[in-house]
Amino acid sequence: MISARNRELTALVPVALLLTAGFTAVFAQEGSRIDDVSLIYGAYFLAVCLATHIYLRVRLPDADPYLFPLVALLTAFGLVMIYRIDPSLARDQANWFVLGLVLFALTIQFLRDYDLLERYRYTIAVVGLLLLLAPRLPGIGQQVNGAYLGVKIGPLAFQPAEFSKICLVVFLASYLREHREVLIVGARRVLGVTLPPLKHFGPMLVVWGASMFMLVFIRDLGSSLMFFAAFLALLYVATGRFSFVAIGMAMFLVGAWFFASTVPHVHDRIEIWLDPYAHPQQSGYQILQSIFAQADGGLFGKGFGQALITIPGTDNALLPAAQTDTIYSLIVNELGLFGACGVVAIYLLIAARGFKIALIAGDGFSKLLATGLTAVFAIQAFVIIGGVTRAIPLTGVTLPFISYGGSSIVANFVLLALLLLVSDRARRESSSSARLGAPALEGR
Amino acid sequence: MNRQIVKLFGLIVALFAVLVGFTSYWSVFDAEALKEEDANKRPLLEQQQIKRGRILAADGTVIARSLPKGKGAALRYVRRYPEGPLFGHPIGYSFVQQGDSEFEQFHNDELVGNDSEFTSILDELRGRRQEGNDIVTNLDASAQAVALEDLAAVGFGAVVAIEPQSGRVRVLASNPPYDPSRVPYELTKLNQNEMEAPLLDRGTQGQYAPGSTFKVVTAAAGLDSGTITPETTIDAPGTLEVQGQELHNDFDESFGPIALDTALTNSVNTWFAQLGEQVGEDTLFEYMDRFGFNGKPAIDLPPNQLSTSGVFDQGRLLGPSDPVDLARIAIGQERLAVTPLQMAEVASAVANGGRLMKPQIWSRVVDPDGRVTDRLDPSQYSQPISEETAAELNTAMQGVVREGTGTNAAIPGVTVAGKTGTAETPYNDSCGGGTEQNQAWFMGFVPADEPRIAIAATVECTTQFGNDVAAPIFRDVAEAILNGE
Repeated sequence: MISARNRELTALVPVALLLTAGFTAVFAQEGSRIDDVSLIYGAYFLAVCLATHIYLRVRLPDADPYLFPLVALLTAFGLVMIYRIDPSLARDQANWFVLGLVLFALTIQFLRDYDLLERYRYTIAVVGLLLLLAPRLPGIGQQVNGAYLGVKIGPLAFQPAEFSKICLVVFLASYLREHREVLIVGARRVLGVTLPPLKHFGPMLVVWGASMFMLVFIRDLGSSLMFFAAFLALLYVATGRFSFVAIGMAMFLVGAWFFASTVPHVHDRIEIWLDPYAHPQQSGYQILQSIFAQADGGLFGKGFGQALITIPGTDNALLPAAQTDTIYSLIVNELGLFGACGVVAIYLLIAARGFKIALIAGDGFSKLLATGLTAVFAIQAFVIIGGVTRAIPLTGVTLPFISYGGSSIVANFVLLALLLLVSDRARRESSSSARLGAPALEGR
Repeated sequence: MNRQIVKLFGLIVALFAVLVGFTSYWSVFDAEALKEEDANKRPLLEQQQIKRGRILAADGTVIARSLPKGKGAALRYVRRYPEGPLFGHPIGYSFVQQGDSEFEQFHNDELVGNDSEFTSILDELRGRRQEGNDIVTNLDASAQAVALEDLAAVGFGAVVAIEPQSGRVRVLASNPPYDPSRVPYELTKLNQNEMEAPLLDRGTQGQYAPGSTFKVVTAAAGLDSGTITPETTIDAPGTLEVQGQELHNDFDESFGPIALDTALTNSVNTWFAQLGEQVGEDTLFEYMDRFGFNGKPAIDLPPNQLSTSGVFDQGRLLGPSDPVDLARIAIGQERLAVTPLQMAEVASAVANGGRLMKPQIWSRVVDPDGRVTDRLDPSQYSQPISEETAAELNTAMQGVVREGTGTNAAIPGVTVAGKTGTAETPYNDSCGGGTEQNQAWFMGFVPADEPRIAIAATVECTTQFGNDVAAPIFRDVAEAILNGE
């Protein structure tokens, strides 16, 4: 049997080839200058991936072999798309990719015993909430497109929500691991609906409050949706009570409905989603152009570098925020429905591997942590792709590992590191218990 | 917990399936409709990056061409119209922001080189940039200039000249003209100018009372249906009471029993009114249909920019079962509204032995390598009347120019066949009121024995008669075309 790490190594080769081919295609489009640069990019990328692979070989020999190549594939894909939009942005992105891998390595180095996280769960929760609050703090907060998403301290600017989501998942996994029994046992049936015990309702209200807070004060509809959905996913997995999820969903909808009718920013987002043609040149411009770009792509797309991003002869955007929010629309435009399905399939494979880790994990915290991290990752992809395809209102979250943006890349590599940590322990335990002939324990 | 995890994964799969569903809908199933959206400038922007083909007059004069601006990704082509207002109609314009119109719109696929899916895939594989084809038209640059100059001297109006045997459109002039090069800067202004309506192609969209030119249609129906022969006489008094109102000849002149020749030469209203009633509503409408009335003309211009000719009641096209004053329709009054193009088609059908050819502006398509990829193959639209009827009408129309109401159309050394028309249009809002307002017409063809060109010319809001203002335009344009060949 091929070892996990050898499988990972084999899987990285096509990724590097794909990146090289992608850059070659972009260069070929940009005035027939197929030179060594495309090969250098491919070689550089492969070298960084190899270094990471060797690190994993030493540190986490049993971790899932497919996750890192899949993520590398997304990153390579993102780099090619961003290079195609603006080479200087791709340079930034490549640097962040390396920074992300450094944090990835540090996370694995210092959190090898990730049970530490459980001990500091309240600290982590507070840090997560503070991170959420930061963009509203005077002096360091920054407003982007009407939402308070950014923080700027000196030369360092980042989007705290990306890191905050990891804190939230860690806290919830830990909290629910401890309280899932009481939540199940203490539940009461009232009027045919199973309600959680009141005294454990508090923390859930806090999470609900945090989501609503984000909706109203941070005005970040996308992150709010993502956080709450991840919370419900964890609650469901921990308790197995669908009624809890239904109650949570109802609470979110009531809250969202209330704020949608009272807070103009949220209200506008919904209005644009329902009728983008009302103001095609102003508020509806981005979503309409996103859809038009997809219509332009068709089944096979126009090819790398062939789609229009700005209005020719001007700097006016034809596809606004092509490197961040609407990068998926650009992918559909250039690579067509087939290319887009490929991207969605990669996210689905990552989700499948993530949930697989949760399935084989031996203890409750590991299970919930892997579930939460995977869920928040998959939901983030859903929120932004759903936004630009008008399945749900368009909100400004990034497409993980593809969109331009340092916070997103770095935070998601930390997320990946945690998943691999859980995976390494789970696979080692399950293989040793298999050798002993004992069934893997569920829960603890 | 594992059961819940598997279910959660199932939910994620379902959510992602929704994403694939939406992406498929926009990129494939609804893509064509989205490309038609007004808010979607992409198709135009992309076309702007294609070198659009030139449009040429028959003699090679460049009517429209595209010039490159910018380099690399910013490269785009901008449409230029070197002849200015000369071919504003019927060529129209094509710009990204303002859209396109008329000939530019109708022949868009050829001009941008959208030949077929197969060729474009081949081109893409060969790394070829899509390039548009040139279109050579049948338009005669010097005759078009003569038509516009003549019209400018007398008033708003239009001239349409068609080659009877082939349907080739040699002149399609509308006054006032506009310069398509100015459209990017003043489209709004041009649109708001309701008084002059320069963007209205009066040749194909103007709807005018045809006056006595319509008598040719009445005569065609009478002869061809066998209601009369050229020898049949009808008593033509000075006035005739029809539907409770008197119908007059000019100066109430009484002619007594006369045949078609005399009646057409002198444009005798009371004679044609009676003929119309003898022919009957069904037959007259049938012959109108055959000449192309009551439907959009088969010319190569966008149907939404073409007007139908027929009898209208507040915008509704009337049919043979509607109550109408047939006697007044027979002399081109009542609620008849026709386009100059339609009257040129009537003249063309008579000139071509009763066979009406499809009027076409384009002549051939030339690809970027200089190969002719498509050539106009003249085709017949209909045969409204027999060759015999056409010959009889031809003879009668020669009398009009030789000794009748249309003597100003005469050309030395050539026999001209034609018919004048002067429709009284008092209190016409578009003329700015006044009672002395006529719609002056002349339609005909030359040479009568071997026709080479059929022309309809009309002038709006004039105090003069067809023979005074429209016949000289006919003559000048006909001479320009005959001399140019």
